Amino acid sequence: MTSPAIAARTPARRFHFLFNRAWQALWVLPLPAWLLLFFAVPLGLLVAISFWSVANYRLTPDATLSAWRYVLGLDFLWASFWRSYGLAMASAVAVSLLAFPASYAMAFVAAPRQRLILLGLAIAPFFTSYLVRIYSWQVFLAEGGVISSIVQALGGKGESLLNTYFALFLGHATLALPVVLILQTIALANVDRTGISAAANLGARPGAILLRVILPAARPGLTLGLLFAFLLSYAEFVSAAYLGGGAFQTLPILVTDLVRAGQQWPRAAVVSLLMIASLLATAFVTVLWAYREKG
Amino acid sequence: MTHNIITTRRRLIKGGLAAAAAVAAPAVLRAQGRRDLSMLTWAGHADPEVIGAFEEMHNVRIRAKEYVGGDQMLAQIAQSPTGTYDVILSDAEYVVQLQQAGFIEPLVPEDYPFDDFFPEFQNFRGHWFDDRPYAVFLRFGFLGLSHNRAAMSEAEARSYRGMWDSRHEGRIGHFDWHLPNLGALSLLNGNLSPFDLDEQHWTELSDTLMSLRPQVRGFYDYGGMLSALRSGEVAAIPGIGDWITGVLARDGADVTTTIPEEGGLQWTESLSIGGGSRNQDLARTFIQYMLSPEGQVKTATLKAYPAMIPTRSGWDRLNEELPGEARRQNMVLNGPNALDEIRAGRIRLRELPVQQSLETWNDAWTRYKNA
Repeated sequence: MTSPAIAARTPARRFHFLFNRAWQALWVLPLPAWLLLFFAVPLGLLVAISFWSVANYRLTPDATLSAWRYVLGLDFLWASFWRSYGLAMASAVAVSLLAFPASYAMAFVAAPRQRLILLGLAIAPFFTSYLVRIYSWQVFLAEGGVISSIVQALGGKGESLLNTYFALFLGHATLALPVVLILQTIALANVDRTGISAAANLGARPGAILLRVILPAARPGLTLGLLFAFLLSYAEFVSAAYLGGGAFQTLPILVTDLVRAGQQWPRAAVVSLLMIASLLATAFVTVLWAYREKG
Repeated sequence: MTHNIITTRRRLIKGGLAAAAAVAAPAVLRAQGRRDLSMLTWAGHADPEVIGAFEEMHNVRIRAKEYVGGDQMLAQIAQSPTGTYDVILSDAEYVVQLQQAGFIEPLVPEDYPFDDFFPEFQNFRGHWFDDRPYAVFLRFGFLGLSHNRAAMSEAEARSYRGMWDSRHEGRIGHFDWHLPNLGALSLLNGNLSPFDLDEQHWTELSDTLMSLRPQVRGFYDYGGMLSALRSGEVAAIPGIGDWITGVLARDGADVTTTIPEEGGLQWTESLSIGGGSRNQDLARTFIQYMLSPEGQVKTATLKAYPAMIPTRSGWDRLNEELPGEARRQNMVLNGPNALDEIRAGRIRLRELPVQQSLETWNDAWTRYKNA
């Protein structure tokens, strides 16, 4: 006994069915094409280059492990790695904590129209160059700059704040804060208000409502904000160079040093692959944590 | 009447167009015959005030590709088709590598005014191979200890050792390139050939370098050094010179470069004709122009970074036209001048490492930054 639906399919209907499928596939096609062109192919190239060699300052296709051996044999590689990773993680946590009160206010206090205006203001910095924003921090942080002048006027020493971890954090926050603010606000604004009302009706205090209702409900979005802040800070070169003065050897600084020293692109590729691997691992663990105990 | 007006207007337009064509014709014809000269160079050498007169005189347009650092320069040439660059301006220590890789053409000595050069620069090391020059010395400067006078006095800067003083903790900056920094500290260690070190002296140099790390504020590029020295963010930067402090002093900053008693280094920039250049005649004419008194004064007073010049006629013209700048750069004709420093043996050439690979020096520098 055959299925009546299949039996009923005429060639014309079959053509119509295939045409519809092809039409749908055409709509979906840009995404895999994009991923292939701008992620898989460059990643493949990066892997390939890590096995190439450099002869007379020229990149030469090869199949050698010398770049891997060199980079993994560097006695300061793991110090750079953990400094980079730790700085990015600390910045991500600090930026997330810094953004949270504002996001909370936008989600729960501001009216929808006000929220839109505030979110618009949050993304306004993206209309200016990141490099310019970093340079402008120098005016504030340098010796004789705005902050040190104020501190001196108040009787303090007013030393330069450039080339410090604080300066580096400011650079990371300049880049990541708007993104985190938007992601947190969206996550908090989408928390089901009935759960909050129910908890309040049952006599829960505001602190308990925040910890036991709002934060668990918004956890995926909040974690996503944390993850994005980490991703942006981990790969960040400009503030490490211009606010940190290159004194904190992070992995992006190491990549540029390796390229500058004899155009060693294969070695730079190895460091980049290490960064990508650690990013993917961190993203995987973070997303798992964000969605645990969820259906 | 209307017809007359239209006729008059048409005549006016026609006449105007004809006049404009007549006026523009020489420029158009001139533009059609204009040649291009490509140049690979450090920044600032293709500024209009430097090359404008030459371009006008020879109906040439110079297309400059700028680089930052010798390695980048070599990579740029290696990755370009032969003949891409007609003129190459490089640091002297890289000329040997350019010659060995076949990236530059041999020059005809008679084409250039070597007799006009001060004796120290006539047969310059690393520029001549089998009695033929491959590069011509264009400009030079001294590297010592550049300092903000308010933070470090000239008396203190008379020794590189001053950088270890506790008052300068976290106040020493570095130009982010191993060669001049390690060279300066090698002079401090008493190495008469600061780049030719055996294993023991190399180890000692690495130790000296590492001991300076607690004093270090940061590692800067060109712009970073300018702002850090001007503001006093850093008290001193070793291994740089008037190419930074001269720019700042011109703007009134209280900074200077002192050549310590342990000695200083000399940087040198040279001009070559690119391998396979199809405009070798024009490239030769350009190099001749840059070695003429006019070209020499222009390169000595380059806005991006000033430098001293190697020709007598260049010194004459500079003293005649800009005596203040001649004095500032220590190129005076009557009295002690920069040449005395070289003749007294206080200045050593900046070179590539002799007994270690460039990679070894670079690794030591990266390790130092990471410490």
